[in-house]
Amino acid sequence: MWNGDYFFLLQQMVVKDFKIRYRNMSLGVFWSLLNPLILMGVMTFVFTVLNPNNTIEHFPLFVLCGLVPYNFFSVSWNNGTISISNNAGLIKRVPVPREVVPIATVLSTCIHLLIQIALLLVMAIAFGRGINWHWLWLPLVWALAVIFVCGIVLITSALDVYIRDVRYVVESVVTVMFWAIPIFYYPSPAIAARFSYVFDYNPITALVFALRLILIEGQSPPLSLLAKFALSSCGMFVLGWFVFRRLKSRFFDYL
Amino acid sequence: MNVIEFNHVSKSFHRSAGQLLLRQYVADLFGGEEKNPFFALKDVNFHIGDGECVGVIGANGAGKSTLLSLITGLAPPSKGTVVVNGRVAALLELGAGFHQDLTGRENVILNASLLGFSRKQAYQLYDSIVDFSEMKEFLEEPLRTYSSGMKLRLGFSVAVNMDPDILIIDEVLAVGDQGFQNKCIEKIYEIKKRGKTILCVSHSGLTIQQLCDRALWLDHGKLMLDGPSAQVVSAYEGR
Repeated sequence: MWNGDYFFLLQQMVVKDFKIRYRNMSLGVFWSLLNPLILMGVMTFVFTVLNPNNTIEHFPLFVLCGLVPYNFFSVSWNNGTISISNNAGLIKRVPVPREVVPIATVLSTCIHLLIQIALLLVMAIAFGRGINWHWLWLPLVWALAVIFVCGIVLITSALDVYIRDVRYVVESVVTVMFWAIPIFYYPSPAIAARFSYVFDYNPITALVFALRLILIEGQSPPLSLLAKFALSSCGMFVLGWFVFRRLKSRFFDYL
Repeated sequence: MNVIEFNHVSKSFHRSAGQLLLRQYVADLFGGEEKNPFFALKDVNFHIGDGECVGVIGANGAGKSTLLSLITGLAPPSKGTVVVNGRVAALLELGAGFHQDLTGRENVILNASLLGFSRKQAYQLYDSIVDFSEMKEFLEEPLRTYSSGMKLRLGFSVAVNMDPDILIIDEVLAVGDQGFQNKCIEKIYEIKKRGKTILCVSHSGLTIQQLCDRALWLDHGKLMLDGPSAQVVSAYEGR
């Protein structure tokens, strides 16, 4: 039915989301920097001053490598999940391709993400971890994480149209993820092996591990990590695409 | 050639009392036929040919908007088939996706992308859209400062400039001032003269008779009458 310019539409939707979020903020994108910096400061205080027997080196950078992926994941998943119900006016009146709405929401979060990644890189340099060739892996690992989030958002946004409780389920899972993703701790090898299903196939955990290897250790992420990461991200996207296609035809009736 | 075909189309909705619960969805998925659905359209059958100008008349809740949402492809029919050939511009989409915090200019481009313009078309047609709306001086202001009439002008200007094959007009002309209304009607005549198909939805017999040659009368989801507009309108008004 709708045979317009897919890319132009997506770009317009992303820019719109970004503009309306910041248009009336006096400090603008500064907020994107402030939030992770505050949490980084608080956690560093708790785990190095209040609890000084911590052995992790470069703790602020270590925490930031966990916080930036987690922030992206939680904001884009929460916002993406409610994007279809929130845009009911659009969905019920214009035959735009429906998948554009949740994907545009995720991609507009990516604009903040770029700012936060810049912060992360500046911090890595500030901690004396210099630029090296392994940084070339960064675009790939971030792209895989974005693909994963697009996939999971396609599923939950479509389900949320039918059952509005889904958004609260997502909120709770995001809260649990704050602890399940090793943001401020490092799972010891024994623990990591025991709970490998929690760590190995969770793309956000894979991203955190990859970032720490690249930015702190100055190493390339191992291929086994990248393979599992790519598999679960692309798998989630394909699954999301099919679930969404199956569910989208009746959005009109349920909105 | 038929531009729009409705073959024994029915569209039913749940009577859910406003609830969207898991158990209802599961029942819906596995329960098969619903006991008491609400039929917004019931066995509607008509064909519209290329270049025809057809009115749809009926009281509130007669199924007019449902009919339009089936034509624009927003919802699938519950039974029967709907065939549409050509690019549809529906003026029920006026200002859909407009956002209060964006300026008039940003909203025009965003709306154009939603209606299916390419980037090139959007920027090419931008000037004629603005000229038609006569609102050049306000375009850098955010939409929340506009009156509802001004929003209508902007939305209408985008929609009629997309050069549709099928134009759908849904009671929107009532909002603009007299001058702009006349301008819109002129534009609609011009589109009609170019041999485009027009579908005009209203509960006012006068608009339908002025604009359309043929009319459909809907009542409680049923197609009561399909014929020359004067005849259908008098039947509707004398019901």
